[in-house]
Amino acid sequence: MGTTASGRHMQPEEFTVQGMTGVDLSLHIAGPGSRSYAFIIDWHIRLLAGLAWLFLGLLAVGGGLSIPDGTGLWPRVLVFAPAIIGYLLYHPIVELLMHGQTPGKRLAGVRVVNREGGTPGAGAILIRNAFRMIDSLPMFYAVGLVCCLVSAQRVRIGDMAAGTLLVVNEPQTGSGIDVLARRAGAAGIDPAALDLVERLLERWEQLDPARRRELATALLQKIDAQQPPPADLSDAGLRTRLRQLAGTDSH
Amino acid sequence: MSTAQAWVSSRASVWSAMSKWVATLRQRGRVSVEDALHTVENYRSLARDLASARRLLPGTRVTAQLEALYAQLHGMIRRKPHGGRAAWAALFRTDVPRAAHAIRGRIGWITALFVASAAAGWWLVGAFPELVSLVASDGMIRTVEGGRLWTDDILNVTPSSLLSIRILSNNIAVSIFAICLGFFFGIGTFYIIATNGLMLGGVFAFTHQHDLSGRLFEFVVAHGMVELSVICIAGAIGATIGESVIRPNRPTRRESFQHCMQQMGPLILMCALLLVGAGLIEGFISPNPTYPLFSRVVIGACYWMLMLVLLSGAAYRRRRPEPISP
Repeated sequence: MGTTASGRHMQPEEFTVQGMTGVDLSLHIAGPGSRSYAFIIDWHIRLLAGLAWLFLGLLAVGGGLSIPDGTGLWPRVLVFAPAIIGYLLYHPIVELLMHGQTPGKRLAGVRVVNREGGTPGAGAILIRNAFRMIDSLPMFYAVGLVCCLVSAQRVRIGDMAAGTLLVVNEPQTGSGIDVLARRAGAAGIDPAALDLVERLLERWEQLDPARRRELATALLQKIDAQQPPPADLSDAGLRTRLRQLAGTDSH
Repeated sequence: MSTAQAWVSSRASVWSAMSKWVATLRQRGRVSVEDALHTVENYRSLARDLASARRLLPGTRVTAQLEALYAQLHGMIRRKPHGGRAAWAALFRTDVPRAAHAIRGRIGWITALFVASAAAGWWLVGAFPELVSLVASDGMIRTVEGGRLWTDDILNVTPSSLLSIRILSNNIAVSIFAICLGFFFGIGTFYIIATNGLMLGGVFAFTHQHDLSGRLFEFVVAHGMVELSVICIAGAIGATIGESVIRPNRPTRRESFQHCMQQMGPLILMCALLLVGAGLIEGFISPNPTYPLFSRVVIGACYWMLMLVLLSGAAYRRRRPEPISP
């Protein structure tokens, strides 16, 4: 297991887990930015949910924004306890229920894993969240953020204690893999070249016309050196040629 | 058709079935043995495909998708099983006594530090009464100077149940703080323990000056024996964490710290449970004037004995726990 340092092009740092089959698994480590983004979303969710519960509870019990004198114990508990418990224990409860994720982490595209690459157990999740008390010192998670910036695997103290780390969530493979594979099989070119063609077509509109023409010509020449594209082929013509190769244009 | 293209075409249906299988498993709470074996078989098969894809199609989306599918299967297979009742039994029977046994020396040292701090607090407030403002609020000082304790009418202000919840959550927070601050080479833990000792000694000295220390003792004795013991145990856990960072017993400090937390985790849970009990006593019994001093002492002593039994594992085991390196 280990990490590789990020390169010149800001490649994400990787955490390599030894697979049980001898084939290693590479996980991309999430940086402080993804962490902060996820936390801010989660903080808003738990704050708003707690306030909403309090507001509705107060309206239901007292008809206003305060509890009238003489209200019994249980209505008070029902109004305040879920809001406070939900706010304080949001992270451990939701991480346990969502297997290392929270709504904020899901939106940020990250998840918590243990050092074997699996979902952490209840004990690890409780420990990493108990250490939030230290990571949040003295304010705005300063200790946790500094720790993330200086530690090798971008972990805060809670993660060190629990043996967990935050990794970038791999894309869901609902029907992606078989569609890709079938397209690769049906296309008239090598899958690696097909991949380049598809990436170029996706970025076609964003690229400068001169740049995309240069890239398309070079790619078509590489794919079929015997039949290079005519020099006077238009921008639209190049795009159509690429689409035909990718199997996305039947004309 | 190139070799890579032929290979990808031939495996497309297999990968499709695998991705559907993973999606199905993610939605299931429990899986059968057959399903687990099928998942392992898929994992092996996918590992072979991934190795081929990395060689034939490096950096392509097909490989990236296979990596993602492999990571999902790996995570599913490596997910820890729910131990159920047996795991809980092992936690209380073995893990808690083992952890407590491993740090018994430090519990003694931290208790000594706490007692020394309390004695220092007593002496300081006794010798310089104006220093009480450092350990007590203005309201508390005015109440005591008026000949009453701040705990006297507490039940008229807050119901016992809410009081318990407030107290136990506060105590759990202090204990977790004492534990977690141990990460800073144990210094944070020492400050927390010393501060709490100073405050306790100072407050007792102040109430003693107004002939109220007996009544304060009466209030504290039922819950305080376990509460203060747990704070000392939490301090010992913090000191152990500090030592794991100062003198790592694993190749790196991070690994040593993580190993220490794994060992101490069950004891931290036990401390939290004990504090729940202490909080209930502090909310329902301590402020209730109908309980005489004798009853309070008996309750406090019995709960403290129960704590010792739970920490030593005497309630469950027949043999001594195997020692661990903290």
